Amino acid sequence: MAMAALRREGKRFALSSPNPINVLRSSLAPSEEQMSLGVRGISTQIVRNRMKSVKNIQKITKAMKMVAASKLRAIQVRAENSRGLWQPFTALLGDIPSVDVKKNVIVTISSDKGLCGGINSTSVKISRAMHRLTSGPDKESTYVILGEKAKAQLIRDSRNFIELSITELQKNFLNYTQVSVLAEEILKNVEYDALRVVFNKFQSVVSFLPTTATILSPEVVEREAEAGGKLGDLDAYEIEGGETKSEILQNLAEFQFSCVMFNAVMENACSEQGARMSAMDSSSRNAGEMLDRLTLTYNSIVDDAECGAFNRLRIFGDLPRFGPASSNSIVGTQ
Amino acid sequence: MFRQATARLLSRSAAARPKARPFSTDLESAPAADQAFVDAWKKVAPNMDPPKTPLSFMKPRPPTPSSIPSKLTVNFSLPYASELSGKEVDMVIVPATTGQMGILPGHVPTIAELKPGLMTVHEGNDVQKYFVSSGFALVHANSYADIIAVEAVPVNRIDPNLVQKGLAEFTQKLNSASTDLEKAEAQIGVDVHSALSSALSG
Repeated sequence: MAMAALRREGKRFALSSPNPINVLRSSLAPSEEQMSLGVRGISTQIVRNRMKSVKNIQKITKAMKMVAASKLRAIQVRAENSRGLWQPFTALLGDIPSVDVKKNVIVTISSDKGLCGGINSTSVKISRAMHRLTSGPDKESTYVILGEKAKAQLIRDSRNFIELSITELQKNFLNYTQVSVLAEEILKNVEYDALRVVFNKFQSVVSFLPTTATILSPEVVEREAEAGGKLGDLDAYEIEGGETKSEILQNLAEFQFSCVMFNAVMENACSEQGARMSAMDSSSRNAGEMLDRLTLTYNSIVDDAECGAFNRLRIFGDLPRFGPASSNSIVGTQ
Repeated sequence: MFRQATARLLSRSAAARPKARPFSTDLESAPAADQAFVDAWKKVAPNMDPPKTPLSFMKPRPPTPSSIPSKLTVNFSLPYASELSGKEVDMVIVPATTGQMGILPGHVPTIAELKPGLMTVHEGNDVQKYFVSSGFALVHANSYADIIAVEAVPVNRIDPNLVQKGLAEFTQKLNSASTDLEKAEAQIGVDVHSALSSALSG
C-alpha cells in the first residue's frame, strides 16, 4: 500500500521537479522504514550514527571510571599509611616556604596519562607562580619535572629552566625504593638551597589541594638555626652519632627529601585517579544527556515523517495499518 | 537595635570560631612564616589561592611541659605504615650509630642516626622488639619521640636459617670483592646480617 502511494508520489514529483532520480534514490534506503520517509531518510541515518558513537563513548568512559575507582581504592590505603612519614621532619624543622635562598629547585609532580581533569594544569600554574615568586635579582629557580603532562606544558615557555625531567614513574608499582633512588638522582644532579615539591594532596575523591612542601639544604638549616626564629631551637638538639653535626644534617636532609617525595608521589597518584574518576563520570553523564537529546530528535524526525506519510495515505484513501507513533521510533530512553 | 544585635552576633561568632573549628592550626611557630608566604604569593599571583603547606595537615605538637611527664609518646613510622603513632610508653631503646640508646620521658632533645639493629619498646612489663634497618630517631623536648625507619620487622618474624645463610654469603662476597663499591655493598650486607643474628640471640 505504501509502495503504491510512493509510486504515485514519485510520478507527481516527476512532473514537478527537474530531478526525479534524487527522490527515488533517496527512498532506495536499505531498511523498510526509511522507504516510507522519502527525503528525510538520510537525516535519520546521520542521527542514528551519532547515537551509536555517543553510546560507545558513554560505555568507554563508564569503564574508565570503574578502572580508576578500583585503582584509587588500592593506592589510597598506601598513601594514607605513608602520611606519617614526613610528619616527624616537619615537627623538627618546621616548614618555611617563605625562606629566602639563592638557589630554588621546584619539583613538580604530575601524571603521565591524561583525561584526569585539571590537576596537572593546577600543578603547573602553581609551579609557574612559585617560579615567579622565587626569581629575583640574586636568586634563581629551576624545575625538576616528574611526569609527562607537566613536561609538555612547562617546556613551552620555561625550557631553559628545566634541569631534569623524569617520566614513566608509575610503570612499576610505586614503592619507596624506587622513589629513594629517584631522590638520590635528583640530589646528585641538582644544586639546591631549597627544594620545593609541588603536588596535589588527596583530600577526598572530589577534592585535591595543591600543596607545596619545602626542604632546606643542610647549610640553609644551619643558617636559619643561627638566625633564630623557627629553627632557633635546633641547636638545643644533641647530635648522636657521626663525626660532625653537618654530616648528620646532610643525612637528615636527604632522608627528609626521599620521605617527602614518597608521600608526594603517592598523594599525587591518588589525586590523579580520583580526578580521572570524576572526569569520566561527568563525561558519561554528558554522553547520556546527549543521547537523550539525540533520541528525542530521532523520534521527532520519524514521527514527522510517519505523520506526513499517514496524512498523505489518508488523503489518497489508503489508510495504513500503522499509525504515526509506530515501532519505528525509539520509545522511551535508556 | 538590629545593628547592635548583629554586631554582637558577629563578635561572638568571631570569638567562637577558632574554638569551633576542630582543625585550626594554632601552632606556636606556623602562622608567621605562612603569612609571609601568603603575602608574597598574593603579590605574584593575586588570582590564585596559595598552595597549602604540610604544616596545615599536621596535628600540632604540645609545647614543652614544665615538669617531666611520666610517659613517652612514641611515633614509629615506616614508608608503608605507621607502626606506632602517639603510643604512650615507658622507654624505648634504639640502635643509634654510637650504640644502643635508651630514651626515657624527659630525655634531652636529640637527633640520632640509626644503624641496623634491635629496637625495643617497653610498656610496663610488655616489651616489643623490632629489627630496624636504618633511619633517624628524633627526641623532642616535650617527651615526644619520632622514629623513622625504612624497614622494620618484629623479631619473631625473622628466620634464623636465612640470617646465617645471608651472613655466610655476604662474608664470602666481601672476601672476593674487587671494587670499592662491591666492598661497600658486601660490608653493608655483613653488618646487617650480623646485627640480625645478634638481635635474634640477644
